[in-house]
Amino acid sequence: MSGKMELSPGPVGPLPLKSLGQTHQQAAPSRSTTAMWVGGSLVFKTLALVVFAFLLFGPLANLVLWSVAERWYAPFKLPVSYGLRYWEVVFRPTGDAMSSLVTSVAIACLTVVVALCVSVPAGYALARLKLPWRTALMILFLLPQAFPSVAIYINVARVFYSIGLTGTIPGVVLVHAAHGLVYSVWIAAAAFAAVDKDLELAARNIGASPLRTFFTITLPLAAPGIMASAIFVFLESLDEFTGTFFVGVPQVTTLPLLLYNASMGGNYQIASITALILLVPSVLFMIVIERFLKADVLSKVGQ
Amino acid sequence: MDNSVLPAIDIDRLQVSYGSQQVLHGVSLSVAPGEFIAILGSSGCGKTTLLRTVAGFQKASGGAIRLFGRDVVDVPPEKRGMAMMFQSYALWPHMTVLGNVGYGLRLRGVSKDEIRSRVAAILKMLNLSGLEDRKVTNLSGGQRQRVALGRALAIEPEILLLDEPLSNLDAKVRIQLRSEIKALQARLGFTAIHVTHDREEAMTMADRIVVMDAGRIAQMGSPKEVYDQPSSPFVASFMGAENTIELDIRATGQEREIWTRDGRSVPFSGPVPTGAVTAYFRDDVASLDAPDARIEGSIVLPGRITQRTYPGGHYRYVVAIDDRHFTVTDDRYHDVDRPVGLRLPVASLHLFPSDYAKGGIHA
Repeated sequence: MSGKMELSPGPVGPLPLKSLGQTHQQAAPSRSTTAMWVGGSLVFKTLALVVFAFLLFGPLANLVLWSVAERWYAPFKLPVSYGLRYWEVVFRPTGDAMSSLVTSVAIACLTVVVALCVSVPAGYALARLKLPWRTALMILFLLPQAFPSVAIYINVARVFYSIGLTGTIPGVVLVHAAHGLVYSVWIAAAAFAAVDKDLELAARNIGASPLRTFFTITLPLAAPGIMASAIFVFLESLDEFTGTFFVGVPQVTTLPLLLYNASMGGNYQIASITALILLVPSVLFMIVIERFLKADVLSKVGQ
Repeated sequence: MDNSVLPAIDIDRLQVSYGSQQVLHGVSLSVAPGEFIAILGSSGCGKTTLLRTVAGFQKASGGAIRLFGRDVVDVPPEKRGMAMMFQSYALWPHMTVLGNVGYGLRLRGVSKDEIRSRVAAILKMLNLSGLEDRKVTNLSGGQRQRVALGRALAIEPEILLLDEPLSNLDAKVRIQLRSEIKALQARLGFTAIHVTHDREEAMTMADRIVVMDAGRIAQMGSPKEVYDQPSSPFVASFMGAENTIELDIRATGQEREIWTRDGRSVPFSGPVPTGAVTAYFRDDVASLDAPDARIEGSIVLPGRITQRTYPGGHYRYVVAIDDRHFTVTDDRYHDVDRPVGLRLPVASLHLFPSDYAKGGIHA
């Protein structure tokens, strides 16, 4: 390029200069617009973040405020008097809250057991065996989520009533398990699919039976994913309201039902404290899930 | 092979299909006890399928596999009494080195103390002493594959299957492990089938090489046989004879001559029929000479040097003949653009009739 320019300085010489000048002229305004854009987008980003934070933490702050408000009525923007009286009411050993917390946790644990009993074999089958209706089966577990839950639970309640399951813990556990199976089966299938087949073959190859291979190789390697699915199911069960309402009431009272009754009765302090209690496992879950659910498992969910 | 001894592995007209697609079209192969066989082929030729069918991971759709005379086609992998090394190492990340190597012994009900001492002996043999309680995820690639070898050898298998176990390793580690595996095989006497796409690996490790192409065995023989006397254009080019030139073989009276397309001829005596032939040759058989040289037993093709590089030790030239380019190494310095003769000894050309299986040449 430079060699050519030296050979013919006349016509070619000025050209690059001119074009250089043009690029300068073009560059100058574009640089200032870029600066404007950067500045504008920074302001916009900050604003968006503030709005987002408000949407996220506003209701939470309100909950916290209500939980420590002993008196708070109409014209006042903030509670009139503060205190921990309602916390004492909730945590009183004989109180409704403690017994429904125990019921909730017991139901959640049983739900996890039932869900795992189905999802471990089902997940393994979906991940490893060549099933003819694989996609259809996967979608089958989604069905309980696909329809309006009230319609489903009214019918479930009718069926359960005829076989004496309404108002019983097993009835509620079954409803919660059906709901939780979506997560547990899909995640378990992904967890099993993420286990390299060669790892199983290596065990078979040196003498392990299929069952032995499953329990010593496949299951331990899929365990983190299955743990994650168990946590999902546990939390879903703790939070579940509609099914418990239609199947469990009035004998079975879980925390969400207590929350519902308290807020319907205008007892916002009890409702807020119950909500805050329900928040604890979710936060714990987020910390744990980050450790257990690895990217290689997540990438196989729904495949 | 001793006929009185049953073959360790006898594969008889083995067929394997994935759905409607047939992968192995009747492969027959007999491996003597203690023999080291390398199965060589490009990807998709069925070599891994063959190995996995022998291991029992893949169902055969026809034929038989006999291990020391016992038909194992319907025997599950855990009852075949062999061990395998995988390309991906396939070590269990949730176990220590001891857990991995001792797994097979634990299955066989060996006591804890004995597992520990036997694993220690194996690790010593593999230069991994003292790593028993290390997590396998904290090992280097070479160490991992040694642990995998230890896991396979711990059960004292009669047959070791190697599914490209060295292809994920660095060049240096790979060459080291090659000789270690070979030395262990000589010492322990197991029979080995090694699947690879690396020609040099197959040549240096195996007693016998099986070249596969499209689900069939293309050629079987000692490394030297397969290298020097390829039976087809495919094997020739797979073994490195990737350059081709078109020649003619003509009969004049009793004598036969080989003719280049520009009208030079050299006397020829060989089993190749008269007519148009394609000659396959490796870069290293060609040398440079004067463009008009006449040398007995060699054909000389006039060309022009278009490129010269010095990779060290000798010069490497690219010689253009018409629109074809050939790479030749030569100790002497030549100017680029100089007319030159490409000398090819007839004895080191692999000649095949030009109409032999068109399109059967794989790079």
